[in-house]
Amino acid sequence: MEFRAISAEEITSAVKKLFTDCNYFIGSDILCALSKARDNEKSPVGKSVLSQIIENDRIAAEEEIPLCQDTGMAVLFVEYGDKVCVDGDFDEAVTEGVRQAYRDGYLRKSVVSDPVFDRVNTKDNTPAIIHTKIVRGDKIRITAGGKGFGSENMSAIKMLTPSYGVEGVKQFILDTVFKAGPNPCPPIVVGVGIGGTFERAAQLAKKATFRAIDTSNPDPRYAALEDELLGEINKMGFGPAGLGGSTTALGVNIETSPTHIAGMPVAVNICCHAARHASVEI
Amino acid sequence: MTKRITLPITEKAIADLHAGDSVLLTGTILTGRDAAHKRLYELIEKGEPLPVDIKGELIYYVGPAPAKPGYAVGPAGPTSSYRMDKYAPSLLDLGLKGMIGKGARNRDVIDAIVRNKCVYLVAIGGAAALIAKSIKKEELLCYEDLGTEAVRRYTVEDFPCIVAIDSEGNNVYETEPVKYRED
Repeated sequence: MEFRAISAEEITSAVKKLFTDCNYFIGSDILCALSKARDNEKSPVGKSVLSQIIENDRIAAEEEIPLCQDTGMAVLFVEYGDKVCVDGDFDEAVTEGVRQAYRDGYLRKSVVSDPVFDRVNTKDNTPAIIHTKIVRGDKIRITAGGKGFGSENMSAIKMLTPSYGVEGVKQFILDTVFKAGPNPCPPIVVGVGIGGTFERAAQLAKKATFRAIDTSNPDPRYAALEDELLGEINKMGFGPAGLGGSTTALGVNIETSPTHIAGMPVAVNICCHAARHASVEI
Repeated sequence: MTKRITLPITEKAIADLHAGDSVLLTGTILTGRDAAHKRLYELIEKGEPLPVDIKGELIYYVGPAPAKPGYAVGPAGPTSSYRMDKYAPSLLDLGLKGMIGKGARNRDVIDAIVRNKCVYLVAIGGAAALIAKSIKKEELLCYEDLGTEAVRRYTVEDFPCIVAIDSEGNNVYETEPVKYRED
């Protein structure tokens, strides 16, 4: 069998660039949605907030500085081709990329070693959350993002059961967004994971926040649900920065998975307007 | 209308602020967030003196990113205020005049704001690069070991914020979203 060799250094430098890029340069999908929202926003304060966010994102890109001080916890979705051979420790190569990005790119170190007792900063923003999936092929694809916790803290998961139906799914998503209210830095991006097991639903919800918001779920039923939920969320009135207005969310992305006959897990991962993600193929 | 305020803030200036007002602050403010608040609160609980004088000050809930060479500070937007709700009333009772953050506060904090004639201001979450333009200088005051969470003094010029809860308890998070809510 033929393997393609990829050096650990190549992975490290690709990961480093993903994290500096996504923290300096907001995606064109978000920028387009922000300017459309500014044109349509009903609240004058909301309009002004959106203008300031757009100006902020312009400054960050121009000066190559983080657009938000919370440069997040590093999350990576890796598709690792089964014909790839990495000379070295793959996880360590990724971790080193995160370390270098946060150190050399003037990103904030926001990770503590122990969640409950010590809470001592690890000073290099590691460890990262690395989701690796083995796929066919001789490439490595990585989608990564820095996930801020103002919005992460507003996320929720519920083990719905089949009789809840689509109405139950909608209700849980809308309840979660309503409870979050002004806190997760609206306008938000709502990532939803439905199906699988407890942890798969949560993982899909995170993956959904990394999908561009100008894309739709390929299944027209879920695509329609994405549109319907976005409309409902924007009727809540929280508006930009939660100060009132007609733009509470920029997008709703749904990802699904087969699940058990007894279950219908739903996870809602909320992301702020600084929805940072970037991808690379090595 | 935008109101310009020179710090330290006076009782009269606070009384003149109303929920929804746009404000530009010039002068110095303190910074502190979760870990620093926990330490200050524990000192207050034990009846011990604080390492920083909070009387008459405003505290900005922020954990900045590092400054790139040539910059006075790194990007420095507000963090969610509700996480400081447990600690804020004690600080307000000790003479802190206000807080700058983002998002809603609980009833205890609102009561403490009204009781002490204070103010809660908000800056735009996620506008850290823009906000940092109005921060001209930073000085470390205490808790250096907390890194980004250390307590600093910022010198600000025309720092932009909005009055979210005024000294009478009027609260934009209660009054504004309902105006745009559609059933």
